[in-house]
Amino acid sequence: MEEQKKKIIQVRNLSKSFGGVKALNNVSFDLFEGEVLGIIGPNGSGKTTLVNTITGFVKPDSGNVFFKDIRITGFPPYKIADLGITRTFQVVRPFLSLKSFKNLIVPLWSPRARRFASSRGGDRDAVAIDLLEEVGFERDAYVPYKSASSLPLGYLKRLELARCLALRPEVIICDEVFSGLSMSEIASMVPLVERLRMRGVTLIMIEHRLRELFTVADRVVVLNFGEKLAEGEPQQVMMDEKVRRAYLGEEIKI
Amino acid sequence: MFETLRGEELKNQERRKERLDRGIKARTEGLYAIQSWREVLYLIAPRASLIVGLLILPLVLPGLYWQRVLALAGVYALLAVSFDFLAERVGLVCIGGAFMIGVGGYISGALNYYLKLPIFLTIPIGTFGGALLCTLLWLPCLPLRGIYFAVVTFMFPFLTTSIILAGNLFEGTEGLSPIVGFPNIWIGIYLIIFILLLSIFGLRRLCGEDIGVVFSGIKDNDQAVLASAINITRIKVYALYIGSMIGCFSGAFVAHFSGFVGVSLFAVDFSIMPIAACIMGGPGTLAGPALGALILSPLSELLRGFGQLRVVLYCLVLIGFILFKPEGLLNWISRKYHQTEHWVKV
Repeated sequence: MEEQKKKIIQVRNLSKSFGGVKALNNVSFDLFEGEVLGIIGPNGSGKTTLVNTITGFVKPDSGNVFFKDIRITGFPPYKIADLGITRTFQVVRPFLSLKSFKNLIVPLWSPRARRFASSRGGDRDAVAIDLLEEVGFERDAYVPYKSASSLPLGYLKRLELARCLALRPEVIICDEVFSGLSMSEIASMVPLVERLRMRGVTLIMIEHRLRELFTVADRVVVLNFGEKLAEGEPQQVMMDEKVRRAYLGEEIKI
Repeated sequence: MFETLRGEELKNQERRKERLDRGIKARTEGLYAIQSWREVLYLIAPRASLIVGLLILPLVLPGLYWQRVLALAGVYALLAVSFDFLAERVGLVCIGGAFMIGVGGYISGALNYYLKLPIFLTIPIGTFGGALLCTLLWLPCLPLRGIYFAVVTFMFPFLTTSIILAGNLFEGTEGLSPIVGFPNIWIGIYLIIFILLLSIFGLRRLCGEDIGVVFSGIKDNDQAVLASAINITRIKVYALYIGSMIGCFSGAFVAHFSGFVGVSLFAVDFSIMPIAACIMGGPGTLAGPALGALILSPLSELLRGFGQLRVVLYCLVLIGFILFKPEGLLNWISRKYHQTEHWVKV
């Protein structure tokens, strides 16, 4: 089954150290077109560093990242986003001085978005408001017109997703979109992720909320101290002895 | 009215200021503005008063001396607008005003002095060529943010002064003189007023366009702009070129207006004064800093007798406004214009 699918991103032997700390150590995995790949691991296991190296915000010490046979290692972040690999930030990065829909003018102005712009391309405001509505900003309640600085975290996380969507991405890498949200906010976020996947977007989801992640993820990669511990179907991975040890610690015999 | 009167009696802890938009402000938003002359006037008055005020000012000034002061104030106003645009709209805190003045001045001055080019060629070449030079020299520093970019740009004038003096370039300390002046003072004054108005309204328009949104995106969060598939260095280069263009024009203007080009063009005043004017006038308003410069510059001219103590004036204005009116003059005026205020009980 998986062999028929096309590999969209290949990560090969990626390593990155910060001083003496090995944030990533020889990590390799593949991302197939149309799937949702979860990346999990305890705090400090290198998940965010992995996202940063794939998207060009951090240069790896060694190893390579390929996007559809293009070697994108060392590309600047805007070039990688221009190819269609977009990301959200774990700590949200909205443009606080702008209204919510004006936040999306920035990605809509980018060369990539302009390549895709249809006849409506000239009216970026309207496109921005449509996009915001798609991620759950209620137009009737004028939420898209509110200043980004007045929005609660749930909306800001959606705004991050909308910023990715504005670029018509092929891959979205979500860095903990569920973290910091209430249960009801998460519950409304899960269908959004499902919708993205149905539109044919390939997703990498970095998550701590395993239960919610497992409802959407096809496969999971587990990181610990910068190394890949396991890879496979969610249930099967969680049965893995090494993974359990990393998450829960050694079993103590009394 | 009743509320206001009662407010006087309330103690400070018990009251707060309530601000409400005037009805006419809402009525002038969008197409409704053209429903009556009053609304139209409400919209046009602030812009018109700036334009008309600047156009009339040279005519009512008492003599040649104050007309020259006004021209110099125009130079400072352009620098303040350039500083405000770069710092408040794009997030590039560039305090290299003196460098822009120097580069623009030396280019157009040297072209006139050595090659005898006429003034209507040297000023455009000084403006566009100077801006290109400034942008290219500052290009390596563009990844720097905030105060770090400010420090590097602040250093450039001193560096250039040292090079000119050490290498005895462009006649060294003597400077280039004479540089051909304007045919008469009116052309000079109205040229700088025209460019000042053009810069203010042009930049306001630019900031309202989509690229202006990208500019403020870079100011708010450049990493998020990078993640939006936009090359931020390229956008910063655009902005820096526009800002330097305004500064270099002022430099070329000063060179021809004073008929002299020397290392005094790199004077630290040109870098510091725009900051004071910006804080005083209202950061981010573009017209405000110009207003601030038009007030500060004649004021410092009055204090000319005190020599270097003038810098103290800038510092005092800076400290005073930061402490007591951080929003600046123009923001304060526009609040009074658009909103009513009264005390209410907490």
